[in-house]
Amino acid sequence: MAVVTYREALRQALRYQLQNDERVFLMGEDIGAYGGSYAVTKGFLEEFGDKRVKDTPIAESVVVGAGIGAAMAGLKPMVELMTINFSLLAIDQIVNNASKLHYMSNGQVNVPIVIRMAGGAGSQLGAQHSHSLESWFAHVPGIKVVVPATPYDAKGLLMTAFDDENPVIFIEHTALYASKGEVPEEAYRVPFGKAELHREGRDVTLIGYSGSVHQASRAAEDLAKEGIEAEVLNLRTLRPLDVDGILASVRKTHRAIIVEDDWKFGGFAGEIAAIVQEQAFDDLDAPVMRCSGHDIPMPYSGKLEQAALPQEHEIVELAKSLV
Amino acid sequence: MVSEVVMPQMGADMTEGTLLRWLKEEGDSVERGEVIAEIETDKANIEIEAFESGVFRKALASEGDVVQVGEVIAVVAGSDDDISKYDGAAAGAIKQPIATASAAAERRPDGALAAPSEAATTSAEMPERAPEPAPPAEVQQPQPSVSEAAPRPTNGRVKASPLAKRIADERGVDLGSVRGTGPGGRIVKKDVEQATTGAPAPAPQPAAAQPAARAVERPAAAAASPAAAAPIEMSKMRQTIARRMSQSKREAPHYYLLVDIDMTDAMALRKQINESTTEDERVSVNDLIVRACGIALQRHPAFNVTVDGEQYVRQPLQNVCIAIALDDGLIAPAIIDAGNKRLPAIARESKDLVERTKGGALKVEEVTQGTFSITNLGAYGIETLVGIIQPPQTAILGVGTVMEQPAVRGAQVVVRQMMKVALAADHRVTDGAQGARFLGEIKGLLEKPVSLIV
Repeated sequence: MAVVTYREALRQALRYQLQNDERVFLMGEDIGAYGGSYAVTKGFLEEFGDKRVKDTPIAESVVVGAGIGAAMAGLKPMVELMTINFSLLAIDQIVNNASKLHYMSNGQVNVPIVIRMAGGAGSQLGAQHSHSLESWFAHVPGIKVVVPATPYDAKGLLMTAFDDENPVIFIEHTALYASKGEVPEEAYRVPFGKAELHREGRDVTLIGYSGSVHQASRAAEDLAKEGIEAEVLNLRTLRPLDVDGILASVRKTHRAIIVEDDWKFGGFAGEIAAIVQEQAFDDLDAPVMRCSGHDIPMPYSGKLEQAALPQEHEIVELAKSLV
Repeated sequence: MVSEVVMPQMGADMTEGTLLRWLKEEGDSVERGEVIAEIETDKANIEIEAFESGVFRKALASEGDVVQVGEVIAVVAGSDDDISKYDGAAAGAIKQPIATASAAAERRPDGALAAPSEAATTSAEMPERAPEPAPPAEVQQPQPSVSEAAPRPTNGRVKASPLAKRIADERGVDLGSVRGTGPGGRIVKKDVEQATTGAPAPAPQPAAAQPAARAVERPAAAAASPAAAAPIEMSKMRQTIARRMSQSKREAPHYYLLVDIDMTDAMALRKQINESTTEDERVSVNDLIVRACGIALQRHPAFNVTVDGEQYVRQPLQNVCIAIALDDGLIAPAIIDAGNKRLPAIARESKDLVERTKGGALKVEEVTQGTFSITNLGAYGIETLVGIIQPPQTAILGVGTVMEQPAVRGAQVVVRQMMKVALAADHRVTDGAQGARFLGEIKGLLEKPVSLIV
């Protein structure tokens, strides 16, 4: 199996879609001539032409709105919004239109749109390009929220996103584009709502998604040296959420720590913690803990940025305090 | 002479006590028998007396400390005696700054207790509310050493993880007896598992066998509905009652003998006595019964016995306990040497005992040295009361109300004041025929009450 980057895995999925489904087209800021701000679509304009790969003005609400219209009219648009922070300019289109049309039309209208954006921090992009707002989208019924952690996830989940008949928010992690992993060359699909058991353990479950899966994995390695076997769960999608997978793991280890880049207060980790205590209270041997980012706008300085993000040693210390 | 004052054990299941108050300061002289401290146990506040005269040289525990049974809490010695070996020593105290006074106050009964001068001393036994059985593990489990013991809140709440609680519930482990090794002293899964290792895990209780008390207090255990009531931790006193009553029902094969006693003459005698005596010697129905039991126990010593495993001990004194209802439970302190006490003394002492039980100031021997018990719900109009034996005693007399009933006397139906009593006795050490003779003695004494005052 070929070892490719997260970026390349995404490219493979997009190329497959463009090659195999005439309804698919891409649009977004700088995705054409420039090749995308993270170079995911580099070369696509030349390969597929400007009918399939469209550069747009900096007007997120319009771009998403046009995408929703195209999807309602029978096409399969993929809209790229560069950074998740910019998606807030399109939030009305996403929350008030894309998420609701299927329901409000009594199923007569589908909105098969894939909206890609980059979230997470660690690349020194400053507070306006470095946040983790996935819980805002996951809060809204009617949209799916996908958060790939590995190149394998990135390709397989993006393939599945194009199969979906309704809007998918596909959040890539800025710090993972260059990360590498084994990815099959052929097309494959990773189902939504099914977490990956990233590492097996018996003492504590570290629940992560996107970038935090890797922090949790590194922490698990450190913990193993101290005799604590941590299980790492890679959620892959926040909505749908693999509640059964989370509960199964917690019922095995009896302890859980949710790791996320997001702010702690009101973050998605709180949702998971609530679900665990509601449904697995009697299986808990310790309180469910969160290892989240600090409640501040992301600093630009590299060291301060790292200090604001959850760190491996913090996960290790939390785990030791529970076991 | 150096004399160590240790935390006494008031009952077989007491493992620790709280030092409430020192009544002496270091340097005070102490007479043998003088009260030097007040301690709180699960059941009552008790005064500790000095065993030797001397000087109260050193207090090793501070007020509010929780001390394991048997730990030295003070040293009484001559003023010149060398007590340097106690320097730097401290009783294995678990510091508990939470106000013990309020805990004690909560246990004090309110006006719900009928005055002792009423027809019968208010007392209660609750056989129908047999609490959850104490696990075998508790008996076998070594007491945690003091230095390792994790702090436990005095409010009776045990800090345990939900999983530990579930496992303890499944295995019938009393979390109060488990030492928590988790963060902050939390009892976690492995603590409960270790507590049950080596002890046979009791078979799951069939639902029908679940005691009523548990069904009342812990409905949430079975109910998945979030609207179901939450389980409530038992108070320390409730836990103690639960343990002791379960132990009794588990270990002592009870047999029961019921009889009606004609109290007409006894009631008349009581009336006469009370018309010609001082307030504090006024006699209650219960006092008459205590007196009758005291005499009957002298004549039938088989019922004045304590049981310890496969041995039993005939006790020299008839220390008759009277069950006294409190807000959250009951306590049955003893009238010491009731067999040799005349009615006025019994009347005085039973009133005093009720008062001191309310005030939480019982003496050690009153709580630990009972040999027989009386439980009386006559004041509540209960007709028949079948009690549970207080371990390690052998018998308990349940007493109902005195009520007018038709009775046949010489081919005539007449109205008599009748009282139903039930003797519950331990079949390991006594048999039914013995019980019948013993109960007949009590009946005879009460029906010819002049025998109670001569």
